[in-house]
Amino acid sequence: MLRDLLFRLRCLVRPRQVEMELDDELRFHMDKQIEKFVNSGMTLQEARCQARLAVGGIDQLKEECGEAHGVYFLQTLFRDACFGFRTLRKSPGFLVLSVLTLAIGIGTSTAIFSVVNPILFKSLPYPHADRVMMIWESRSDGPPLFVTYGTFHGIVERSRSFDAIAVAKPWQPTSIGGDRPERFEGQRVTPGYFRALGMLPTMGRDFQAADDQFRGPRVVILSDTLWRRRFASDPNIVGQQVRLDDDLFTVVGIMPQSFENVMAPTAELWAPLQYDPSLPAEGREWGHHLRMVGRLRDGVDKEQARSELNVVLAGLAQTYAKGYDSSGGAPNGMVVRSLQSDLTKGVRPALIAVLGAVILVLLIACVNVTNLALARAIQRNGEFAMRAALGASRHRLLRQLLTESLLLAIVGGALGMVVANLGVSTLIALSPPGLPRVNAIHLDGAVFAFGFCLTTLVGILIGFYPALQASRSDLHTGMQQNSRRTTDSRRWIRRALVVSEVALALVLLVSAGLLLRSLKRLLSVDPGFDGSQLLTMQVQESGHRFDTAAARNHFFAEALDAVRHVPGVVSAGFTSQVPLSGDYDVYGAQFEKDNSSSGDGAFRYAVTPGMVETMRIPLRRGRLLDEHDSAGAPVAVLINESFAKQKFGTEDPIGQRLRLGPDAGHADRPWATIVGVVGDVKQESLAVGEQNAFYIPTTQWPWAENVLSLVVRTQGDAAALAPAIRSAIWSVDKDQPIVRVATMNSLLAASEAQRHFALVLFELFAVVGLILAAIGIYGVLSGSVTERTREIGVRAALGATRRDILSLVIGQGMTLAVLGVGIGLLGAIAASRTLVTLLFGVSQLDPITYLTVIVLLLGVAAVACGIPGWRATQVNPSITLRAE
Amino acid sequence: MPEPRIDLPQGTLDLLILRTLSLGPQHGWAISERIQQISNDVLQVQQGSLYPALHRLERRDWVKARWGTSENNRRAKFYELTKRGYQRLEIETDAWEKLAAAVGQVLRTT
Repeated sequence: MLRDLLFRLRCLVRPRQVEMELDDELRFHMDKQIEKFVNSGMTLQEARCQARLAVGGIDQLKEECGEAHGVYFLQTLFRDACFGFRTLRKSPGFLVLSVLTLAIGIGTSTAIFSVVNPILFKSLPYPHADRVMMIWESRSDGPPLFVTYGTFHGIVERSRSFDAIAVAKPWQPTSIGGDRPERFEGQRVTPGYFRALGMLPTMGRDFQAADDQFRGPRVVILSDTLWRRRFASDPNIVGQQVRLDDDLFTVVGIMPQSFENVMAPTAELWAPLQYDPSLPAEGREWGHHLRMVGRLRDGVDKEQARSELNVVLAGLAQTYAKGYDSSGGAPNGMVVRSLQSDLTKGVRPALIAVLGAVILVLLIACVNVTNLALARAIQRNGEFAMRAALGASRHRLLRQLLTESLLLAIVGGALGMVVANLGVSTLIALSPPGLPRVNAIHLDGAVFAFGFCLTTLVGILIGFYPALQASRSDLHTGMQQNSRRTTDSRRWIRRALVVSEVALALVLLVSAGLLLRSLKRLLSVDPGFDGSQLLTMQVQESGHRFDTAAARNHFFAEALDAVRHVPGVVSAGFTSQVPLSGDYDVYGAQFEKDNSSSGDGAFRYAVTPGMVETMRIPLRRGRLLDEHDSAGAPVAVLINESFAKQKFGTEDPIGQRLRLGPDAGHADRPWATIVGVVGDVKQESLAVGEQNAFYIPTTQWPWAENVLSLVVRTQGDAAALAPAIRSAIWSVDKDQPIVRVATMNSLLAASEAQRHFALVLFELFAVVGLILAAIGIYGVLSGSVTERTREIGVRAALGATRRDILSLVIGQGMTLAVLGVGIGLLGAIAASRTLVTLLFGVSQLDPITYLTVIVLLLGVAAVACGIPGWRATQVNPSITLRAE
Repeated sequence: MPEPRIDLPQGTLDLLILRTLSLGPQHGWAISERIQQISNDVLQVQQGSLYPALHRLERRDWVKARWGTSENNRRAKFYELTKRGYQRLEIETDAWEKLAAAVGQVLRTT
């Protein structure tokens, strides 16, 4: 073994010496042979000749000896690579086009795969992540609902399907101190939360049942990042106290660095939920605002868990009839979904579509490079025939060509990695809000390997076909420049490649076109308010001085007053929710005329007077809210148009009475009165319309909110006024955090970010596909014109006009393009089905999109045909005919 | 008139070289002459296959080569069997005989 290695090493390190020795050895042999022949009576001349014949090709012999040395492979590889580089350099056009095409194909697909992989395919970073389930309440109509504490409490008591089960809600405590108040993102959770995910604190302890008591101890668990950032990684942090919202919380644990909280990625601290287990019917315990997560017990599957929960639920609905009434009625059943699919549900269609698009791009890229390589192989037909004639084996020719294509693929792949790296960071920057697991996206090893395997595979695939062709073609015809038969079969394949390229490009273009038209339609949808020159921000009260409703209302009233006096402010108001901001509250509304104890769910806007005017939501009937609708006065409510129509039809709703939120279904509560009807507003998304909504003064809602959003109409640029407005609020109380400052227009754009994300990528891919297809058509035609120069010359000599020749070439190219368009149309119709969830207001078979795309594609094809066509008309018959 | 020449079956060249070298160190030309002589010109070794084979055997450490002087005082490369070469020769001879006997048996009986 060792000898073998040394032997090979010597051949590799001292090739000159090894070759000289071989020369000596062979010369000795030759001389002996000559001597023998001379002795047997030949003349010296004759003997030399005979000896040489007996030896055969001396170089071939040397090559075979070299092969026997076992290093020949490496040397050949190196030589092939050098040769490959030289030949590639001689045709820079081919080199640049191939490498760029490969880099774009491989780079974009690696980038997209990097993004999609952790989101859709990698399991979540928890032990046995497939057993972690999200659980929702469901009504027969409408999407799943957040669960109520009542339902959770009952399930914990009665269900046997889960090892651990918990609910969580967002929590945004404020830490005062320093010059600016800092608001943290956190969660209130029940003790099983971390166990359900399968994670435990690295320091300190997990929450226990004793922590989660009504008005229980104030304890908090910190994330690793918060512990490092705010507490300088203090190893003695457990047991210390931190001040949050004017209260002292004891730190009981630190979560590990590896803990990725996928349900609320920004959360940095956790405290027990501490709801009232006696479940008072009018309390928050019956509000739909909790996210429930559970870890399935071994041997229980999703379906079994769901049916068990449904049985439990039926029992709960009887036990807690009153509670369920105030939550808008008992749910019909429960929904159990794996956490992963639950998280990715929203983004899945866009990601799958993008993944499909990038695969198309990669296909086009591969087809294009194959096409280019094939064109080159045809040009080099003579060269390869010559090599074969000089004794190169078929194996050797194949290897040369494979080396060349691998070289291309590796260079393309390396450049592709650069593209991929750029792509990933661009994608993260572009990613729509709400894209889960953004932190987990990076160009990791697996993705790199994927990219590299792809490179090599593409290289081999591309190398394979031309190599086989070149080595198969028989020498004789190959040596003759015009071999009709072989080029015919190859021409046919190249045409097929161009047709497929056009078809693939069409699929991409149609998809991009449909998305573009959807987004245009969406952004032209009337949101129901005037979004220009409108600024929004969230203002929170923090501290015990706001424990009473009066104090809360007082602060907001003073702040509002201060904001209205800022120069440049036209009007302002507070609201509990901002349209298209991403969050929403739904409460029950029970109408007097319905004679039913439970209410309909509707968006609730707790607003100060002036909010509706500031948003410029149109008044349809009655009046708006004003200063007189305050605490103690009869409760005045606005409802939106859709709600009015649904409930009252053509009747006048003004003066009708209803009970709202916690009052709904409680006969002992006073009625509120509808005083006005306002236009519909898009709350969740521009794509979702006609949802019920009501507006009620903040001071007349059963409790006072501690977080409200400010909406401000400004003169001139809204964003520029933000600092002045902020300092106006802080002039009232400097300790109140202000977050989420955004103009309404940016919220509008962000609400369609997912579609926009898909659209940008599709547009990019479609343009790339279009360019590649144009290059393909151009390449094939210009190759064909070169091959047919003589034929064109003959035609010209026989009297064909320039117009005839032009139409001959363009006709040939356009036939391919039209064929590609035909096939592509079928593909596009199939592909557009997967896009349906991303479309809005546009049929998946939208004729305008299809027509535009076809015209565009054929136009580009015509230009790509025109250049070689023009070249063909320049053929001078007398020169070409003589040249042959 | 010598008998017509037979192409060597795959792999037998190595065996013949090893056997020839078992009689003592030889240079390449002598090996080919010797094989031709002993086989009464039936087996003729082409240089085209002899030298690659020798180099391959050398790499496998069955023969080793050193430079020496030939009968008429010229520098020549001599090959000789190594210890492993002798072992190999035994194995291959054995295998060949078994194969030849078996093939003979089949040819005789059918």
